[in-house]
Amino acid sequence: MDIFGRLTIESLPFYSLIAASGAGVTVLGALSVAAVITYFGAWRLVLFDWVSSLDHKKIGIMYVMVALVMLVRGFIDAAMMRSQQAIAFDSDGYLPPGHFDQIFSSHGTIMIFFMAMPFLAGLINLIMPQQIGARDVAFPFMNSISLWLTTAGAGLVLVSLVIGKFSTAGWTGYPPFSGTEYNPGVGVDYWLWAVLISGVGSTMSGINFLVTIIKCRAPGMYLLRMPLFTWTIFVTSILMIFAFPALTVACGMLALDRTIGMHFFTNAMGGNMMNYINLFWLWGHPEVYILILPAFGVFSELVATFSQKRLFGYISLVLATMAIGLLSFTVWLHHFFTMGSSANVNSFFGVMTTIISVPTGVKVFDWLLTMYRGRIIFKPPMLFTIAFLVTFVIGGISGVLLAVPPVDYLMHNSTFLIAHFHNMIIPGVLFGYLAGYMFWFPKAFGFKLDEKWGTRSFWCWTIGFYVAFMPLYVLGLMGMPRRMEHYDIAAWQPHLIIAAIGAFIILLGMICLGVQLVVSIRDRKQLLDLTGDPWNGRSLEWATSSPAAPYNFAILPQVQSIDAWWDMKQRGVAYQRPDRYVPLTLPKNSLIGAFIGGASFVFGFAMVWYIWWLAILCLAAIAIALIIRASDDDPDYVMPASTVQAIEDARFDQLAKAPRNEMEDEPGFAGQPVPEAST
Amino acid sequence: MRPPLAYRSHRVALAFGLVLLCSGCGALTSPDLDPSGPITLAERQLLFDAVSIMMIVVIPVFIMAALFTWYYRGTNRDARYTPNLAYYWPVEILVWGVPAAIIVWLGFHLWGGAHKLDPYKAIDKSVEPLQIEAVAQDWKWLFIYPDQRIAVVNELVFPSNTPLAIRITSDTVMNSFMIPALGGQIYAMAGMQTRLHLLSDKPGRFVGRNMQYSGRGFADQQFDAIATSKEEFDAWVAKAKASGSALDKDTYGELAKPSTKVPVTYYSDVEPNLFDSIIAKWREGDVTDPAPAVTPE
Repeated sequence: MDIFGRLTIESLPFYSLIAASGAGVTVLGALSVAAVITYFGAWRLVLFDWVSSLDHKKIGIMYVMVALVMLVRGFIDAAMMRSQQAIAFDSDGYLPPGHFDQIFSSHGTIMIFFMAMPFLAGLINLIMPQQIGARDVAFPFMNSISLWLTTAGAGLVLVSLVIGKFSTAGWTGYPPFSGTEYNPGVGVDYWLWAVLISGVGSTMSGINFLVTIIKCRAPGMYLLRMPLFTWTIFVTSILMIFAFPALTVACGMLALDRTIGMHFFTNAMGGNMMNYINLFWLWGHPEVYILILPAFGVFSELVATFSQKRLFGYISLVLATMAIGLLSFTVWLHHFFTMGSSANVNSFFGVMTTIISVPTGVKVFDWLLTMYRGRIIFKPPMLFTIAFLVTFVIGGISGVLLAVPPVDYLMHNSTFLIAHFHNMIIPGVLFGYLAGYMFWFPKAFGFKLDEKWGTRSFWCWTIGFYVAFMPLYVLGLMGMPRRMEHYDIAAWQPHLIIAAIGAFIILLGMICLGVQLVVSIRDRKQLLDLTGDPWNGRSLEWATSSPAAPYNFAILPQVQSIDAWWDMKQRGVAYQRPDRYVPLTLPKNSLIGAFIGGASFVFGFAMVWYIWWLAILCLAAIAIALIIRASDDDPDYVMPASTVQAIEDARFDQLAKAPRNEMEDEPGFAGQPVPEAST
Repeated sequence: MRPPLAYRSHRVALAFGLVLLCSGCGALTSPDLDPSGPITLAERQLLFDAVSIMMIVVIPVFIMAALFTWYYRGTNRDARYTPNLAYYWPVEILVWGVPAAIIVWLGFHLWGGAHKLDPYKAIDKSVEPLQIEAVAQDWKWLFIYPDQRIAVVNELVFPSNTPLAIRITSDTVMNSFMIPALGGQIYAMAGMQTRLHLLSDKPGRFVGRNMQYSGRGFADQQFDAIATSKEEFDAWVAKAKASGSALDKDTYGELAKPSTKVPVTYYSDVEPNLFDSIIAKWREGDVTDPAPAVTPE
């Protein structure tokens, strides 16, 4: 047996210029990050303040950083596909099939698993505990493991660019194409282990968030006083806990097929690929609601805050969220209406799918009615919200169409489907996360993001989206399948060129996002958020300082109403200095979470290349690390009351210097919350 | 402070409209929207019906979004401002009730449509359909005409106004068989058969292909589907009969190997039950018809 398994010098990508430059960019990127850290002499800070941190806010920030890096990588893939298809009429373009296929596979995998999921987990980590008046998540150490497992998966996808190849089987990895018989290389294994390792992390995140919401709410924060964002996370966590095991099982069985020659999903020997497809979508459909429900939550917060009005139909929105969560487990078969199920089966799942549009429609109307008789302030997050409302409805129409089995027979596997789900995921999921990023950035770093560049980014994203994806609807009606490396139908090309232009406009949007970040860091002194409440907010995360103290709340808030923070401001009890402070118990930092992530990354790499001894070594190391952690009887430290007092005194000094509401300069500002005369 | 860009959005909206309009024109002549058979026609009708009924919800959303964004902008101090308006029960009934009513209407049409357009259902029981067996290979399509005892690669010829009863399987990874101008698609899977019933109501030349990504040669895995007159079809069968080479086990084994851009190839004779034996190969010989065709009542 070879000590390096399948790994040889030929695995390096010197066979193609494009592949080699992709590898070069990846390696240079990693080296330059290391160089920057060394230049600033920040290794100690990075390792002992961040990597080892169990503070939910820092973990959240690191999650979002992973997501933004992967967003860039996933977008490069998209741009390569769009440019290939724009020129590949009656020609091979610049990408050979083997390479094009890796690109669409990694684009989907990255955007779902390593962009959207970390972005989601990041926003939740950063905000949700503050929103319910908690000091941390329920299991801070498990939170760290989740982060580093997700990062390990993302790392495996990035490493596949440098050593070996990535999967060509698409982000769904349908067997038997993804089996060894048709796909003997390491590509599918990279995909499998990246998904498996990060999937375990996501399951743990779901458990963590759910327990946090159930057990850690501040006094008086009854379930029906929780902000909508927290409600959507509540449902999303339940979906994560129930759905992700299905993915882990499906991918685990496929890994057994591939690694030790089992026959769960093979063509011969009694295997059946339909079982994989069922299991995969049993996770896959709830997954899209896992992604979009928190975005709905973000929009709910934004639309109320920037309309300067209470959220309309709170109970309806909660019920709709619960209904969507429940229904999301009853529709997975619509991903394969064309697999030969009977008309009764297809009709049932089709009807269930269209039923989901009812609670979704209710949400859209309730958001619009929140704007009704409001005083709308057009900050970039609100612009994203308005674009979402309009654009998402178009995606909803195409979704209901695809839910009608006979229409689906025509549109399945076509670019109409691609247009549909990008129509849900870009304006729905991504706009929600980007809006949340701009909305909550001051809470993370203490200064706001530049509005001008945020607005520019918004216009580029919105226009770019329409230009890039409306042509794909048309191409779908013209019968163009997804995943075409080249084609010989002339009528398709103009639409593909328009779509490529759209991708270029989105590129401008990405650049604007980058510029926004740089400009905002440069001008941070002018953009400082001194009060911790930069938007005249409504929920409890705005009660903390920006950035929040390690313990969030020195004294736990007493919640008396929906929109708890707004209510406190209205009652005149906001920003009150307590009589005395108490010592607070907080988790110590620990490098063990990052170590487990690192070991999982090496384990995944070893499994991909069949380096068995290394895989066993990594598993043993993980087990030992967990035993060491479990034997630690003193994982917390106590912050003395004097330290708490010093931090809080500094905060109140800062507040004294900035007594005004930070939104007062807005022309549309409707006024402070003032005590009501009579209720 | 310059006014937010949202106040100047009408020009942008116009640009969107133009893009949409240009795209729409291209779609009108597409196979899905300009069908050549009753199946695609019926599927298209369902699409149009569903879009129309949904406009009841969609148009109000567009109007409300535009109107509220403009009228309730923060700087418009004339607009009424009710910061605590959070619930009004008639509105709640409306926002739940109207979408629900639409979905009930759509549900009935969906149920009926899915049963009427079940791909397993024969189109017209009174007419004897043309039997065709389609086999997906890497990366081409083999069509066997069991009654004519001929076979052809990458070309499907049939008389118009005669229903086609197609049995479909795969001798490789999962494929999806589709002729967009004539009807929807259905998967082809090894060791299993699926069925599709199609009908062309006028002669014509259509594109057919595999819709499910299947590897390196996927982009070229397409074929011509040609609807002819009865006489032309008979002449075409005679031409295939005269081609000389027969499709037996050995020739089939050669053909099934991965290849791309395979030219149209005719086989004058086909081994009996070749289609069933392709399925049986993956099932240790255990073949029962797992998917009987649904006949209309």
